[in-house]
Amino acid sequence: MKRSISPGYAIEMIPDGARIMIGGFMGVGTPERLIDALVASGIGNLTVIANDTALPGKGIGKLITAGSVRKVITSHIGLNPETQRLMNAGKLEVDLVPQGTLVERIRSAGVGLGAVVTKTGLGTAVAEGKQILELEGQLYLIELPIHADFALIAARQADYVGNLEYALTAQNFNPIMALAAETVIAEPDHIVPVGMIPPDAVRTPAALVDHLIERAK
Amino acid sequence: MDAKDRIAQRVAQEIVPGSLVNLGIGLPSLVASYVATDQGVYFQSENGVIGLGSRPPEGMEDPDLTDAGGGFVTAVPGAAAIDSAMSFGLIRGGHIDLTVLGALQVDSAGHLANWMIPGMLTPGMGGAMDLATGAKRVIAALQHQTRGQSKIVNRCDLPITSTRQVDLIVTDLAVFDYCDAGLRLIELMPEISLDEVGSKTQASFVVAL
Repeated sequence: MKRSISPGYAIEMIPDGARIMIGGFMGVGTPERLIDALVASGIGNLTVIANDTALPGKGIGKLITAGSVRKVITSHIGLNPETQRLMNAGKLEVDLVPQGTLVERIRSAGVGLGAVVTKTGLGTAVAEGKQILELEGQLYLIELPIHADFALIAARQADYVGNLEYALTAQNFNPIMALAAETVIAEPDHIVPVGMIPPDAVRTPAALVDHLIERAK
Repeated sequence: MDAKDRIAQRVAQEIVPGSLVNLGIGLPSLVASYVATDQGVYFQSENGVIGLGSRPPEGMEDPDLTDAGGGFVTAVPGAAAIDSAMSFGLIRGGHIDLTVLGALQVDSAGHLANWMIPGMLTPGMGGAMDLATGAKRVIAALQHQTRGQSKIVNRCDLPITSTRQVDLIVTDLAVFDYCDAGLRLIELMPEISLDEVGSKTQASFVVAL
């Protein structure tokens, strides 16, 4: 059984300059209470790995606006003008990665694979400086794994041991990121007794989850 | 009907009953409203749903059920919720029958550019590079011109999204495909003349009306 901890206590584990994966797609499936605690802590120089930077005032957008982020590795920043403004001002480094490549680079880090070999990005700006591999007459781009120090995960519910179940489109990058970080902190909407999540419905096994955030008061 | 709706309506005619379709955000997302609901067509949204439905009634929105633009949606009977690895496995793996993508430019080689304007706008590619590379069929849906400039060009000067050739271009003026001779005009939109398409298109093309 895991002890649930407060968002503020969890964030105290995260040092300045940490590499953090954050689940979510346009703020859907993002652990908002952990984000709020991160902003309140004043931690900075973060490298954030996430699908997108959401909108100002929502999810990862709050970290961008607060100036907590030094670098973001992401697929899309188009709906957050603040990300673009900080990038153009030289205050935020943005590494744009095709979405399918981003999720596989994270997954490969989590499942012990040395690279992703993909056609996506060949012949485009994404391929600059990367190795090309020819396999059985076909060309592929070699993309390297992305690891992180922490993964901040949103889930619909956790049971007392830390098994996670997700909701609809709020799952997105969450179950993949839960594989790829040294320390996994999960923020479930509900925490239920063991057995309430049927084993077939568990998407992230408890063995991957280090800390559970207590339910919202 | 405005230009975007005319484009969406024409693209909808390309959708085969029983197919799995991904619509890009913006103009392409308008296509769904022109596809009959009894055709067995499932719409995939890359944020993690197959079987995207219309907007929910006011007050019935589920914050955990959205499309790739973050808008509230419903799910149709037979829908499935998937994670991002499965979603892009379907896209890269050739399991999506058709994708409809917006574009800033499309060129004579069939390359489309839709993810940045250097020095001006950098939205990022999102899922567009995977979709343009991996879907079985790619339709570029776009307005023919922007501020009097042709978006159908001999060679994209904006960064391209994929080297894979798009299969069809649908604009408010015309429909093009590709043949051995290159870009080919195959259809004029209603009340549009060949002369008008010729004068408003930078790319050279052959005509097969």
